[in-house]
Amino acid sequence: MPTRLEPAPVMVERMVSSDPASSPSTSPESAPVIFDIRGLNVYYRDFHAVADTDLDIHQNEITALIGPSGCGKSTVLRCFNRMNDLIDGARVEGRVLYHGIDLYGPAVDAVEVRRRIGMVFQKPNPFPKSIYDNIVFGPKVAGWKGNLDDLVEESLRRAALWDEVKDKLESSALDLSGGQQQRLCIARAIATSPDVVLMDEPCSALDPIATYRIETLMRELKERYTIVVVTHNMQQAARVSDRTAFFSVDVGTQGQRTGRLVEYDSTDQVFTAPSLKETEDYITGRFG
Amino acid sequence: MQAGRNVLGTSAPLDLSGDPRRLRKERNVRRLFLSAAVFTILVSVAIVLSLVGEAVAFLQSIASEIDEGLGSLMADGWFPRRDRFDLRTIIWHTLSVSIIAMLVATPLGLGAAVYLSEYAKPGVRRVLKPVLEVLAGIPSVVLGYFALRFITPDILRNLWDTTQQSNLMAAGMGVGILIIPLVSSVSEDAMQAVPRALREASYGLGAKKWHTSLRVVFPAALSGIVAALILGLSRAIGETMVVAIAAGATGGSLLQLNPLYGGQTMTGAMASLAIGSDQVAGGVAAFQSLFFVGLLLFLMTLVLNIGSERLVRRFRQRY
Repeated sequence: MPTRLEPAPVMVERMVSSDPASSPSTSPESAPVIFDIRGLNVYYRDFHAVADTDLDIHQNEITALIGPSGCGKSTVLRCFNRMNDLIDGARVEGRVLYHGIDLYGPAVDAVEVRRRIGMVFQKPNPFPKSIYDNIVFGPKVAGWKGNLDDLVEESLRRAALWDEVKDKLESSALDLSGGQQQRLCIARAIATSPDVVLMDEPCSALDPIATYRIETLMRELKERYTIVVVTHNMQQAARVSDRTAFFSVDVGTQGQRTGRLVEYDSTDQVFTAPSLKETEDYITGRFG
Repeated sequence: MQAGRNVLGTSAPLDLSGDPRRLRKERNVRRLFLSAAVFTILVSVAIVLSLVGEAVAFLQSIASEIDEGLGSLMADGWFPRRDRFDLRTIIWHTLSVSIIAMLVATPLGLGAAVYLSEYAKPGVRRVLKPVLEVLAGIPSVVLGYFALRFITPDILRNLWDTTQQSNLMAAGMGVGILIIPLVSSVSEDAMQAVPRALREASYGLGAKKWHTSLRVVFPAALSGIVAALILGLSRAIGETMVVAIAAGATGGSLLQLNPLYGGQTMTGAMASLAIGSDQVAGGVAAFQSLFFVGLLLFLMTLVLNIGSERLVRRFRQRY
């Protein structure tokens, strides 16, 4: 297997696909890079899920990962906080540099990584505990010493949920609506004071009003956090994100589907003047 | 569709009523399975009725034929052939064996369940789970002799040299070993049923494995785990062979508060009346007492099983 990863085929791939990635043509150049991903390949046992992806994530921006089903965008997202470690047989190759440190380096503890890089999932997944206990779970397991009441209030305020739940902090999180549960999950993620918040299709299980509230929230949160969001919804990517990475899927001779990054640029550029035909076809709905 | 033509393309009038022979066959097969189900239910009902009938007969005969009357249910010790039927003695011994069994089975069974569900890699689990279930297949008579020939002389006598040859402690430990697979397998199923999303939420917040296991998975599976413990307890109360061999006291026993001494449990008392030189036959109060104790046991395990059933159902509804 490893022979597949020799530089030669990688170069071929790069010429076609990710050239634009290395030089975004417009917009916020100033924001420093906090994730520097080079030559990322992800395998699930023999299955090559993502091939040769290069990506930069900039601080205090929202980066959207879009593309058709099976293009590996969620897989890439799960490399940012080593969630792929939890899947038996998953293997990550290439460099995922976070502030210059390779997250897959030998001295890196996934638990430490996840305390700095929080995650919000596709389906709201509050613990079957009280609202209060959901928020304090992360800080408590990290051994945080401080005023938990203040932390709960501040986290819920930042997640725009405080006014709705301030009188029922001890009631079960499962009694909240889907949209409220998702904002609770966001509050829970930011209660550990992360640097980055990863969101894996955070609105796909929500109605349009709840989706609108989450999107508004995301724009507020990027003042403090760096956000990477995977979305199926192209309008959402266009509405909230600063940069957009478009992934596509190559179907091999035996039907194996491998995702790869096609185009990465400022969101304006990707949606108004994509440099590749493939991107344009997807954006305009001719494919995917 | 063309007029006058049915699905087979012939012009015969359309008949969807079905082949009568096939319909008759279906009916007969249905009756066959129904009769199996009805037979099973009838047997269960017959057992319960015979238990109740003999139990009532027992109460009537001690009330009318024995000098002490119903007071013999609170006599000094359980000696059925001498008309002393102190229920407190055998109920206490049953509880004491069951408590010891749970003290053994709870930590080991739950520990094994957490390991299998949360820590073991899939390959390890594929090997270990069947091995644990093999333990469930060990005949209880084997565990009885294990308790008598190993636990008592090699463990208990080394700790407390006053331990009797037959004693409640060894029986309780034997029963505990017997129910470990039941406890671990049912509670592991409960932990496996906790949605993966909750584990991911926990890991995503930077929780370590043991935090995730003990603070997220374990509480979420709690009602299933409690159900597993109740099932284990009801099995421990009903277990006969291990206590008959290891707890000893043929013929009867006095109330024994110290588990290092021998004593008869409810099941042990029933077994000893049914075998060997203590064997009793129909008609006499000692024989009928078997059914009275049996009915009590049946009611105890019934209540426990209904309780655990409810807990399991509540657990299923949560997600």
